[in-house]
Amino acid sequence: MPRPFTPKVVTANRLLEGDAVWRTRDGDWSPDMAQAELIEDARTAELRLLEAAAEAHLVVGAYLADAARGETRPEPVHFREAFRTRGPSNYAHGKQTDMQEKT
Amino acid sequence: MYRFNDFDEAFLRDRVSRFRAQVERRIDGSLTEDEFKPLRLMNGLYLQLHAYMLRVAIPYGTLNSAQMRQLAHIAERWDKGYGHFTTRQNIQFNWPRLRDVPDMLDALADVGMHAIQTSGNTIRNVTADHFAGAAADEIADPRPVAELLRQWSTDHPQFQFLPRKFKIAVSGSRHDRAVTRAHDIGLEIVEKDGEIGYRVIVGGGLGRTPMIGKVLRDFLPQDDLLPYTEAVVSVWNLLGRRDNKYKSRIKITVHEHGIAEIARLVEEEFQQIRPGFAGLDRDFLSHIEHFFAAPALSEKSTAPNDAAYETDPVFRAWADTNLAAHRHPDHAIVTVSLKKHGGTPGDATAGQMRVLADLAERYGHDELRISHEQNVILPHVHKADLPAVHAALKAADLATANVGLVSDIIACPGMDYCSLATARSIPIAQQIATRFENLKVEHDVGLLKIKISGCINACGHHHVGHIGILGLDRAGVENYQVTLGGDHTETATIGERAGPGFSADEIIPAIERLVLGYLDLRESRDETFLQAYRRLGPAPFKALLYPEAKADAA
Repeated sequence: MPRPFTPKVVTANRLLEGDAVWRTRDGDWSPDMAQAELIEDARTAELRLLEAAAEAHLVVGAYLADAARGETRPEPVHFREAFRTRGPSNYAHGKQTDMQEKT
Repeated sequence: MYRFNDFDEAFLRDRVSRFRAQVERRIDGSLTEDEFKPLRLMNGLYLQLHAYMLRVAIPYGTLNSAQMRQLAHIAERWDKGYGHFTTRQNIQFNWPRLRDVPDMLDALADVGMHAIQTSGNTIRNVTADHFAGAAADEIADPRPVAELLRQWSTDHPQFQFLPRKFKIAVSGSRHDRAVTRAHDIGLEIVEKDGEIGYRVIVGGGLGRTPMIGKVLRDFLPQDDLLPYTEAVVSVWNLLGRRDNKYKSRIKITVHEHGIAEIARLVEEEFQQIRPGFAGLDRDFLSHIEHFFAAPALSEKSTAPNDAAYETDPVFRAWADTNLAAHRHPDHAIVTVSLKKHGGTPGDATAGQMRVLADLAERYGHDELRISHEQNVILPHVHKADLPAVHAALKAADLATANVGLVSDIIACPGMDYCSLATARSIPIAQQIATRFENLKVEHDVGLLKIKISGCINACGHHHVGHIGILGLDRAGVENYQVTLGGDHTETATIGERAGPGFSADEIIPAIERLVLGYLDLRESRDETFLQAYRRLGPAPFKALLYPEAKADAA
């Protein structure tokens, strides 16, 4: 029996700024993981990763990261991915402040 | 210090303009990321978890005030107003944008600095004793040799595609402050029958397979240094494994072939290439030595220092921990701690960098050093000026009196920044420092080196910490493994793993039990943690870390 598929998101870093971004349902790149498309099967995951690879003018190092279906949004599974949604823990730098400034 | 000549200047500008064009070609799509990545790495530009990171070389950790001010300017103009000093005596900027990096490199070139060979499979920034030229126990200043090696290794056509990175450190003193035994090549300046030469140590390194370097030549005459070093790197370049990056460093080559066989091959290569150098390297070394002439030290009364020491307990505490013996008895070597309790080890704001630059200019013969322990050194300060220096440091939040103590922790950036990390290291360092500050025991504990790495690559030198902490990912949770008894000096030792790892919540109390427990184990106040560990062996220390195991066995 095949192993159950762990849901995924496509994530990368932006070419110019270098910050972490996630691929949305519309095929855009968002700095907010909440906007990411949660992919629930392996074939779609493979396809989305190929699509991301074609956007090398926008992003660097796209990969599939495990994610969980939250109440309203995809959520990180691994702590590394959780850190990428926030920024470093020693300063209020990165998304934890950038995202607040935008809202 | 060494000043760039027209050739150096032209070389740097050319390199920056080429990189500027490469960045443009990446942005307009002419270069793929696979093509661009090795080019950006050759220029010190990494991509990390949250942003790019630019690693700038500070050759053998030596800076003047103009260079420090320029680092402050770069931090403010293109980054977030601070920089992070590393265990390779480099500085890292954590938030540059790709388009700005060529401008940052041009700004560095304005003061004779660059980011070349701070990454990639090349010979990296040559490090040296941060007390070079000032230490009371020094045989000779290691920096002229380090500068010779820097010039020789920069853009050396034979060594741009080595099996892996290659690190060289130089020490000129009896006490090794440059961790020479944990380098691919460690050079120790030694004296034999009145003649200066080098002890060549090879095959040391930390990382996945930590090893203490082995002596390849006990006494290498001064004139043979460059051809001999070239012979070592050449032999490894051919022999080193390119099939497996975990086995590619010279420590594995030495381990697999044996030190005797490596010595034989190096000797053969050395005899062959030596005539080609024709003494040019020796002439050039004496040219370089002029740049490192000792500063003209002033003669004046040390009375202001003596008075402050008597009357000001804050000054006295700082003087007792942060000063080291200068070769001139009226002078001192000042270590400025970048380890404020609760702060990030090795970080300095642009404002602090400017204060350090001002102090160097006014009181320190325009010299600054970065230590591999992530502190800043003013190497030549007259004792009369110490109270003024201390007051200025205090005003800039730089007067923490903790050098060599529990809270003077080396920590790599860990998973707060680094994409290779398996766990965070900075918060662990912050919490240990804060905890011991609250306990008010660190001066009682005395000399203790805690070193933290956020992954097996060991940028935080955890293997050679008296207490080493290695952050790992255990089934999706941060976990911290403790090693004990490591030593980074001339008596270098790899620490031994104490036992199972601790969770992020458990590690701080575990370190507290260990350190407070040592106070009961030591024979006297003079017996350091490491000495007690060597006398007693690991058992009583393990019992402190794992009290429940002891209870189970009882």
